[in-house]
Amino acid sequence: MAIVKTDRHPDLPPPASQTGVVGWLRENLFSSPLNIILTIIAAFIAWEALSTFLSYTLIHANFAGETKADCTDTGACWVFIKARFGQDMYGFYPPEERWRVDVGYVLAAIGLFFVLSDFVKNKKWPAIYLFGFVPVACFFLFHGGYFGLEVVETSQWGGLFLTLVLASVSIFVALPLGIVLALGRRSDMPIVRMMCVGFIELIRGVPLITVLFMASVMLPLFLPEGVNFDKLIRALVGMSLFSAAYMAEVVRGGLQAIPKGQMEAAKSLGLGYWKAMGLIVLPQALKIAIPSIVNTFIGLFKDTTLVLIIGLLDLLSIIKAGTTDKNWIGTATEGYVFVAAVFWVFCFSMSRYSIWLENKLHTGHKR
Amino acid sequence: MKKASFLAVAATATLMATAASAATLDDVKAKGFIQCGVTTGLAGFGAPNNEGKWEGFDVDFCRAMSAAIFGDPDKVKYTPTTAKERFTALQSGEIDVLARNTTWTFTRDVSLGFEFIGVNYYDGQGFMVKKSLGVKSALELDGARVCVQSGTTTELNLADYFAANNMKYDSVVFDTADEVREAYLKDTCDVYTTDKSGLYAQRSVIANPDEHVILPETISKEPLGPLVRHGDNEWGDIARWTLNAMIDAENLGVSMKNVDELKKSSQNPSIQRMLGVSGDLGDQMKLSKDWAYNIIKMVGNYGDVFERNLGASTPLKIERGLNAQWNKGGILYAPPLR
Repeated sequence: MAIVKTDRHPDLPPPASQTGVVGWLRENLFSSPLNIILTIIAAFIAWEALSTFLSYTLIHANFAGETKADCTDTGACWVFIKARFGQDMYGFYPPEERWRVDVGYVLAAIGLFFVLSDFVKNKKWPAIYLFGFVPVACFFLFHGGYFGLEVVETSQWGGLFLTLVLASVSIFVALPLGIVLALGRRSDMPIVRMMCVGFIELIRGVPLITVLFMASVMLPLFLPEGVNFDKLIRALVGMSLFSAAYMAEVVRGGLQAIPKGQMEAAKSLGLGYWKAMGLIVLPQALKIAIPSIVNTFIGLFKDTTLVLIIGLLDLLSIIKAGTTDKNWIGTATEGYVFVAAVFWVFCFSMSRYSIWLENKLHTGHKR
Repeated sequence: MKKASFLAVAATATLMATAASAATLDDVKAKGFIQCGVTTGLAGFGAPNNEGKWEGFDVDFCRAMSAAIFGDPDKVKYTPTTAKERFTALQSGEIDVLARNTTWTFTRDVSLGFEFIGVNYYDGQGFMVKKSLGVKSALELDGARVCVQSGTTTELNLADYFAANNMKYDSVVFDTADEVREAYLKDTCDVYTTDKSGLYAQRSVIANPDEHVILPETISKEPLGPLVRHGDNEWGDIARWTLNAMIDAENLGVSMKNVDELKKSSQNPSIQRMLGVSGDLGDQMKLSKDWAYNIIKMVGNYGDVFERNLGASTPLKIERGLNAQWNKGGILYAPPLR
């Protein structure tokens, strides 16, 4: 009689306490007495914060109604946002013309989708569409005055629409201009270099609020009376130049990380300066710089709220103005929570896209 | 509101700006609207309503001017201005008139090169306390903890007032009006001080407004008024007499409701002159005969406008106080239209 088992016993599943949810909890949250205590404390704090937040924003919040008097429960008065939603999104843009903004959004969204995603490999036409056609089309759509569209002056632009215009124009101008400035700063030509260094250091040395203030308060005084640049254009120029200076330093950081040998190898293959830069050095440099570039974009997006000080009513300031409507006094918290949520959605999406892009372009030198 | 740091900038402005163009009225008539500088948002004085139309006490002044000039109160374009850039906007010609709760002071009138055309709201710093405290006068506040917003003249006025009356206080300083209100409600302090119009606005937000009282004392002078550029007296006159007509109309009992009837039937020569039934007041300002009638009919007299934007029917519930007519306990006193 053989008592020796000849065939292998099939593997048993790991004990229930080591797998699944229970195993994960034991491993990560309750592995030692100290961790048990910490977990309980953390859970308590999280519960306290979350339950207050949820009860304010959802459970006891007011959604139905038209006026502040309809907000009878203790939580947030979302009626405020609902009643003024159009204004928060489009500012003083005439309601019957708001479709033009929506069309602009759709045009831009189509372009962004094809340029940013992997859907088509050859980005030439999408890029021409997004960077050539869309800005021109959006200008005619938003401002009007041609093709039978009624003129909507920029003083009527506001809300999230204005925030997006400010952010996208600044980003659109800042990246190319920043690259040029970064190359200029590393140039061998002394005059070009000095001009670029001077510009970058001058702009980077002052706060954005000063640039905006300068553009909006001082500039009109230097101009002859009656000559007035559009307020929005002044803000756009200020913001674009400001972010270009920052972008230049970000790009320069990327450029400096590329070994000199890359440029030398490119030149030895017979490539000129622009081809070597455009085909060999810049693609690598920009790839390294992605996290910082996106970081700058996110910062820029949030900085757009500073236009409040020159009297442009972007998303944040139009909501602030709304809370001073005598029928809506005391809704400041709702307004700020809403603005925070909108900003978070935009910034978080940018951040996620940058991570996706980094992974896509990852070629093995990541540490 | 009353930070003075921009004075330097604005003073430079005066030096650099060329002489104001002489004929604002012609410009305004040619372009077909008044460009009016308003606040970026102050409860009761100027804020966009749900439909995006500007409403408020200061906004109504712009509408009154538009009614006087065009016979239509809505030929106004609004430029929201911040405390810092409001003076440059007027100086550079970006706006034609600034109606933005601006305190009339010597420097602003004289060296900044503006012309205040009158006072449309007499404001001043006051105190709010909880009713349960039983305080009836600011002179009983010895030893109180006072909540105040930092970096404003409010702090200085407070110190002066308590020193002058030989009283002690502890100030609790916060950065924004909302923080001050929350602190006051949580009993971090006994007293909330700021300009009275601000106190009324903050009180309207509190859950039980009736449990708080605003003490009668006013410890500083903040005469708020609209202003125009120096050097164009014709335009300044129109602004000045728009305001005076509104105040005088209330004094004479001419209001939005009865103006049509009074125009037809009133035998009072003052009212006849004002409404353009007799005399040529409008012509003298290069306006139509019925300029003041249009103001009162389309926008209202001073009392109508006050009631609509600040008065008892609004959440602000501001009492007339100093802003009542001179014969009703206030100090509003318009020169006669004659």
